[in-house]
Amino acid sequence: MSDRPVALSTEGLHLYYGETHALKGITLELPEHQISALIGPSGCGKSTYLRCFNRMNDVIDGVRIEGRVLVEGEDVNRENVDLEQIRKRVGMVFQKSNPFPMSILDNVSFGPRMSGIRGRDRLDEIVERSLRQADLWVEVKDRLAGSALDLSGGQQQRLCIARALANEPDILLLDEPASALDPISTAKIEETLLQLKARYTIVIVTHNLQQAARVADLTAFFMLGELVEFSDTTTMFTKPAQRLTEEYITGRFG
Amino acid sequence: MPGSEGKRSPIVVAPPRQAPGLPGIWATALATLAVLAMLATLLVIVVVNAVSWFWPARIHELRLADGTVLVGELAGREEMPASPNTGEVEHRVRLKVGNREVTESDFVWVPESAIVSMTEPADLVRVVRSEYGDAFGRIVRAVDGSGMPLDLGGPSALDRLLEDGAGMRRERRRLEHQLEKTRRPLTRLEERLDLVERSDRASTPEGQAEIDELRQRTGRLATELAPRLDAVQARLDETAGRLHRATLLLAAGEQPLEIPLGNVIELVWSNRLGLLARVWHTLWQGVLFLATEPREANTEGGIFPALFGTVLLVLLMSLAVVPLGVITAVYMTEYARRGVMLRLAHQAVNNLAGVPSIVFGMFGLAFFLYGVGGVVDRAFFADRLPTPTFGTGGVLWASLTLALLTVPVVVVATREGLLAVPRSWREGSLALGATKWQTMRRIVLPAAMPGILTGLILAVSRAAGEVAPLMLTGAAKMAPSLPVDGMPPFLHLQRKFMHLGFHIYDVSMQSPNVEAAKPMAFATTLVLLALVVLMNLTAIVVRRRLRRAYRGQVV
Repeated sequence: MSDRPVALSTEGLHLYYGETHALKGITLELPEHQISALIGPSGCGKSTYLRCFNRMNDVIDGVRIEGRVLVEGEDVNRENVDLEQIRKRVGMVFQKSNPFPMSILDNVSFGPRMSGIRGRDRLDEIVERSLRQADLWVEVKDRLAGSALDLSGGQQQRLCIARALANEPDILLLDEPASALDPISTAKIEETLLQLKARYTIVIVTHNLQQAARVADLTAFFMLGELVEFSDTTTMFTKPAQRLTEEYITGRFG
Repeated sequence: MPGSEGKRSPIVVAPPRQAPGLPGIWATALATLAVLAMLATLLVIVVVNAVSWFWPARIHELRLADGTVLVGELAGREEMPASPNTGEVEHRVRLKVGNREVTESDFVWVPESAIVSMTEPADLVRVVRSEYGDAFGRIVRAVDGSGMPLDLGGPSALDRLLEDGAGMRRERRRLEHQLEKTRRPLTRLEERLDLVERSDRASTPEGQAEIDELRQRTGRLATELAPRLDAVQARLDETAGRLHRATLLLAAGEQPLEIPLGNVIELVWSNRLGLLARVWHTLWQGVLFLATEPREANTEGGIFPALFGTVLLVLLMSLAVVPLGVITAVYMTEYARRGVMLRLAHQAVNNLAGVPSIVFGMFGLAFFLYGVGGVVDRAFFADRLPTPTFGTGGVLWASLTLALLTVPVVVVATREGLLAVPRSWREGSLALGATKWQTMRRIVLPAAMPGILTGLILAVSRAAGEVAPLMLTGAAKMAPSLPVDGMPPFLHLQRKFMHLGFHIYDVSMQSPNVEAAKPMAFATTLVLLALVVLMNLTAIVVRRRLRRAYRGQVV
């Protein structure tokens, strides 16, 4: 599949929401500087799986995890782990864009400020670099002090990407980042992701099979909490190994 | 054609009926109307009564059948009990005659049948006085400070006399202040001596030695200060003498009335005033009402100390209740583990809101005054005991009591505000590596600010109108000095204070001259109402601005 070093991996990962068994022994290795797509029908556990890498499942009551989750070889669930450090290293963009009710500038510099970076010049530099990487700089450079809530939906989502990039993460997790956007905004985001691939390891959850086919190097197909198939995207969409995968990608269910 | 067709019933069977429930809808509309009408009536009553206190009424001269002449303002008219013989209905009028030292009361009732003539001569005047209330009549003689009679031909002579009087009263106040200030070191020494003499130490030899020493020092200081004190006293006596020698002689009906200039605050020639002058006079009186101190056991003068006390009380209450309520709500909403204990805590907070306010007054009395105040006194003000410093009612204890009374409102509103903060903002902040506390401070609390302000608005509305708990914790009929003044430490939280709500009760129920003071109670009510509305409006404006910052979001 890939001979690149592994950025993210899980070994026998089980996850329970109270009595619900949401992830059933997932073992998977995602290589660095590649875009990996997680696909599967609603409720198959792909978003839950994604949230394991930056431990965002912690905010939900009654979640229990078994197995190992490794980020660059380190177990994120071991004791005494620096949770804030993990989340800085593993950035996340959510399904619904969630800019804070502050200026564009304050939104992008939020992460660095929370980790104690001070100094106007330093922050301005980070903001410009992040906005450029997210392909938003040209559109907003004259209104950095304006409210982030005034941006369009697609711009808001790219702002959220810039905000995550401001922390200089190694890995970027995207949870259906384009599901609420029009085709043009979606194309813009995809283009941005392809540019970012050179610097970051990207994992994207998507409902949109065409999107997975367009942007992903590797694709994992989840169903009912189990990993059905994982291979490079071309193989997955042309010669799937599993019957279930074939039925899903040809639209027989899902 | 079959005949059965003719038997088919027509589609329209019943006569047009009223829509079902229509009387019910009318009833709801009527009820709404009734509520609005009551609100409007309340406002009209308060405003009309309040404004009448400032509006310069015409002064009438009444000649009665028995030859008596009465001067005063008309203050009401009512039906007399019908005479049993004739059954004729008669009316009587009430006249405010003032001149309290020569008449028995401010008001007299006159049957209309007894009035021969009623005129409004232009030379009648109302004298606003610092003692004995208003006086009515015409000025027949005026004497200046040196005892010289004034020529009353031109009005400017009187104006000058009044101006002089105002100047001399200011001078008198200044000299009194200077006298007190000069004497202050001596007063302090005497207080210390008094404390030692009354303490247990007085019987010991050391105590006796201290007393002797203090006595000597007091004596020395008194001799030292005597020339300066005498000089100020002499100037004070001179000014007071001039103020007393200068008089206005007022003829009102049969009895002349001599008024020393020192008592004259203002002459109001009501019958000469045009409409514009009346409006101006009313507005000016309103300003004076807000800005001056009460006189004559609160029946005259202004309400400044009460207004000041109320605003200070509410400010202190806000300073206490916001942190307390917000911190409680944050813990209960964000950090506390869900379970029976938390549910019980919620219930307790909700029920606290329903506790009668007098109960909080009793709590404040027992806990703050006697408990905390007692401890503070023993720890820091032991030398003044048994005279309590913090162990008695004061503005601090009253505001803390009110804070406790209103804290449930703030807790509940803050909680609503916190719960309304979108989950995506919290997750977004956490996902950027912010700690839970950073997320709380930078994202959640700012977004919950409109909710917190709503809580504060409700708390202020409730606190500004509360009277019962204040009676037990420090509101006074007449506070000798404001809780804020030029003496270090400038804010005297232990002092008793005056309060608009308590003032209304005091003026309308506890006043020595209820009839004369009644309009003043309404004026005070209007001020209290305006104050509450003003404070609410301020908070609402602030909240709207905040909400605009979060447009499009549910907060």
